[in-house]
Amino acid sequence: MGKAIVVTSGKGGVGKTTTTAALGAALAQGDQKVVVVDFDVGLRNLDLVMGAERRVVYDLINVIQGEAKLAQALIRDKRLENLYLLPASQTRDKDKLTPEGVEKVMTALKKTFDWVICDSPAGIERGATLAMRHADAAIVVTNPEVSSVRDSDRIIGLLDAKTAIAERGERMEKHLLVTRYDPTRAETGDMLKVDDVLEILSIPLLGVIPESTDVLRASNLGTPVTLADARSETAQSYFAAARRLMGEAVPITIPSEKRSFFGMFFGRKAA
Amino acid sequence: MNILNFFRKPASAPKARERLQILLAHERASRGEQDLVARLRDEILAVLAKHVPIDGKRVRVQMDRGAQVSTLAVDIEIPFDTGVRAA
Repeated sequence: MGKAIVVTSGKGGVGKTTTTAALGAALAQGDQKVVVVDFDVGLRNLDLVMGAERRVVYDLINVIQGEAKLAQALIRDKRLENLYLLPASQTRDKDKLTPEGVEKVMTALKKTFDWVICDSPAGIERGATLAMRHADAAIVVTNPEVSSVRDSDRIIGLLDAKTAIAERGERMEKHLLVTRYDPTRAETGDMLKVDDVLEILSIPLLGVIPESTDVLRASNLGTPVTLADARSETAQSYFAAARRLMGEAVPITIPSEKRSFFGMFFGRKAA
Repeated sequence: MNILNFFRKPASAPKARERLQILLAHERASRGEQDLVARLRDEILAVLAKHVPIDGKRVRVQMDRGAQVSTLAVDIEIPFDTGVRAA
């Protein structure tokens, strides 16, 4: 039986889709069988970030409505044979996403895959609550910025109250992933530090992803960042997070400021 | 630290942190009681786990709100072989 993980945040634009694709590809490179599922009905984007936008035939809603079999809707990645995508519908009404339908699909996916990674839509409406509903664990993606931290706190509240696990009186496993972290600005006191975010949200830290041009580059190419340039700092941070997710005790490294020789005198970040 | 720090605007992150702490304390307090129960469970578990090995799944926390009095029921199963005797 596989493990279902929801990647959630409340706020939009913090890196949920990037994270879903990057962790999915990282786990698949570690010989795990992985499916990434897009829950953003009407505004799907995981297909684009995964580079599979032209291969979508059937989607999650088709499967829920019984118009297609699950196997017909799954798209196998061209680069990693262990990695699959279940796209969201771009045209259908999101009310077609029913709790029973989602549960059925999730149960079926968990039988076939080691990891079912669900990319939640932003907000706290139906799509977001259904994406987290049947998850076994959650990754809360947070930027070191006030509105993102506030929304994450709200999402943590929902994870502890509105999920199947919480309703059974059990505890939802939660992980914090700090993304778009800029060590230079944190150092000069103009960005919340990782410790500040951790102290405020008080859930265990899964990793810290630095702000980087690698992410835009990877999405331009339609390649998860852990496949586009596996040696980049961003990819390495995601690989480490994936290993922690698998239960390995990998020490957390917080990206540090890189200073040039002149930077030591003038406090500028090295190019 | 360098000489240019002298001309810099004061750091804004401490202000962000302080504002968030005040705001979230308020927002958490006004959330539903299910939320409160979940948080209580997490914190009670964290304290207990320091002393006895416990299984997160064998814990029930329930709150009943009455007009005069509210009760909080905490039911925790402690495995037999922990070497800690139930009092």
